[in-house]
Amino acid sequence: MTDVPILSVKDLQKSFGAVTAAKDINVDIPAGQVVGVIGANGAGKTTFVNMVTGYLKPSGGTIRFRGRDITGIAPRLAVHQGLTRSFQVSQVFMTLSVRQNLLSALALARRKGGALLRPIAGPELLAECDAIMARYGLTDVAEHEASALSQGSRKLLDIAMAVVSGPRMLLLDEPTSGVAAEEKFAIMDTVMSALKASGTTVLFIEHDMEIVERYVDRVLAFFSGEVICDAPPARALIDPKVRELVIGDTRAPTAPTAATGQAEAAYA
Amino acid sequence: MLHAILSDKTVRLTALALLALAAAGLMLPAWVVNNMMFGLARGAAVLGLLVLWRTGLMSFGHGLYFGLGAYAVALSEHWLGLSDFALRILAAILVAVVAGFALGFILRRYRDIFFAMLSLAFSMVLYGILVKTEALGSTDGFSVSQTTFLGWAPEGKQVLFTAIITVCLALAVLVQMYLRSTLGRLTTAIRDNEIRVEYLGYSVARAIHIKYVISAALAGGAGGMMAMALGQVDPDSMVYWTVSGELVFITIMAGPGSVLAPFIGAIIFEFLRTYAFEIAPHAWQLIVGGTLLLIIFFLPGGIWSLLERIPFFRRLRHD
Repeated sequence: MTDVPILSVKDLQKSFGAVTAAKDINVDIPAGQVVGVIGANGAGKTTFVNMVTGYLKPSGGTIRFRGRDITGIAPRLAVHQGLTRSFQVSQVFMTLSVRQNLLSALALARRKGGALLRPIAGPELLAECDAIMARYGLTDVAEHEASALSQGSRKLLDIAMAVVSGPRMLLLDEPTSGVAAEEKFAIMDTVMSALKASGTTVLFIEHDMEIVERYVDRVLAFFSGEVICDAPPARALIDPKVRELVIGDTRAPTAPTAATGQAEAAYA
Repeated sequence: MLHAILSDKTVRLTALALLALAAAGLMLPAWVVNNMMFGLARGAAVLGLLVLWRTGLMSFGHGLYFGLGAYAVALSEHWLGLSDFALRILAAILVAVVAGFALGFILRRYRDIFFAMLSLAFSMVLYGILVKTEALGSTDGFSVSQTTFLGWAPEGKQVLFTAIITVCLALAVLVQMYLRSTLGRLTTAIRDNEIRVEYLGYSVARAIHIKYVISAALAGGAGGMMAMALGQVDPDSMVYWTVSGELVFITIMAGPGSVLAPFIGAIIFEFLRTYAFEIAPHAWQLIVGGTLLLIIFFLPGGIWSLLERIPFFRRLRHD
């Protein structure tokens, strides 16, 4: 991890008519950090991710990625810069098999010169595809159509497709939403170990505080389009404002767990 | 590249089918050969619609490019004296590509019914211009003289028929290679999920633009072949909305399963129309329309899906 921010957001704003969805957001994220974004529905979490990844144009402010101004950039150009994302509702090619989905993603990621006009399934690409399916636990469903996958497998496929381009930073919008409780940690373990191995900076939106506590180095808590707390999980999750406005629990917090203690050390 | 072409089973099957058609042409009566030429020409335009359809787009106005191709043949003869087959085909494709490239900047921003109807609107603009412009032949159009081959003017239509088959085969092979390529495979990906394609780092608008120009080129070449086969171009038979409608009709009838399907569908359509007209001169549209209804109800994947009940044809889709 270095001190130079890979992502630097200054005074970011977004309004939809009279509704302000993001208000003066200022965040610097160092390379290699894992950041959890929490907040109630409508707090501005997804709007923030959408603006950073080019899905929405900000009303004001700047976004710099690896030192370059990428404010309002088209999504595909953000991907070229090394910034990509997954969505709350998995964005995969529903009528294609898992293998075909990954091959399409790989072929686009590895295209050079006239590569787009060559057949999609070369031996190197197929081998790489097999390796990715093994890493993300998708080998058993390789020939299944994406529409026939469980929510968990579809989420994994969505994330695997997002990372084939070798991004420097990945933003995940609720990677475990709609997934059965018993699958959540398995999915996060798979994803986070793969991303840690590649040194990818990760920012993910999450409602499950157990997941936040276990996996992140730092928490950004959103409320009414503003960041109300920016701290390691051990501090953020006991912050009275976060407990009241985000978690909806005003009781006295329990002592930090071992996982949050580790995260605190990493953040410091 | 050559190995990839020759090892493709769909290419082999298409080559075999069209060669068989060329051989059959030597023995068949002139009216049948004529009908097959019309069918092959329309099949090439439908091949263009197939490229769009696989992306989830349908053009109700490809008569625009069909007409541009046909008029390119007629006008290149009237203005430049061109009668050579290859030059006529090139002129037809070139004009369609230029128009498709220009209009593609507008159409690539639209989807679904808006894409379809905007295409139709552009085709009717061309129709209006042609009908109102004397220099472009107005409602009468132009006659197209006999096609020559490197200065040779063969008697009868056999040579032209063989040349049209050769062009159709070349177009089918090119489209098959395109559909097997990464760019071609994006057809299904774009239809399924444009957002994901963008977040894989590729411009959906550019991919659609390329597909639109390819489909325009195919329709332009098709119009050129039709002009040579028919020996006449006029706005009603080349550009009017019914021409575009027929192309959509054949696309649905043929099905999107293979590059061979448009040619089979188009030839069946020509004979269906001929016999329907003979059986019921005042109600032939009822027979043609009824056939389409039956296909939509019982063969939603088109005629090609009927062939895919045979394992050999079914495997072609996955090769």
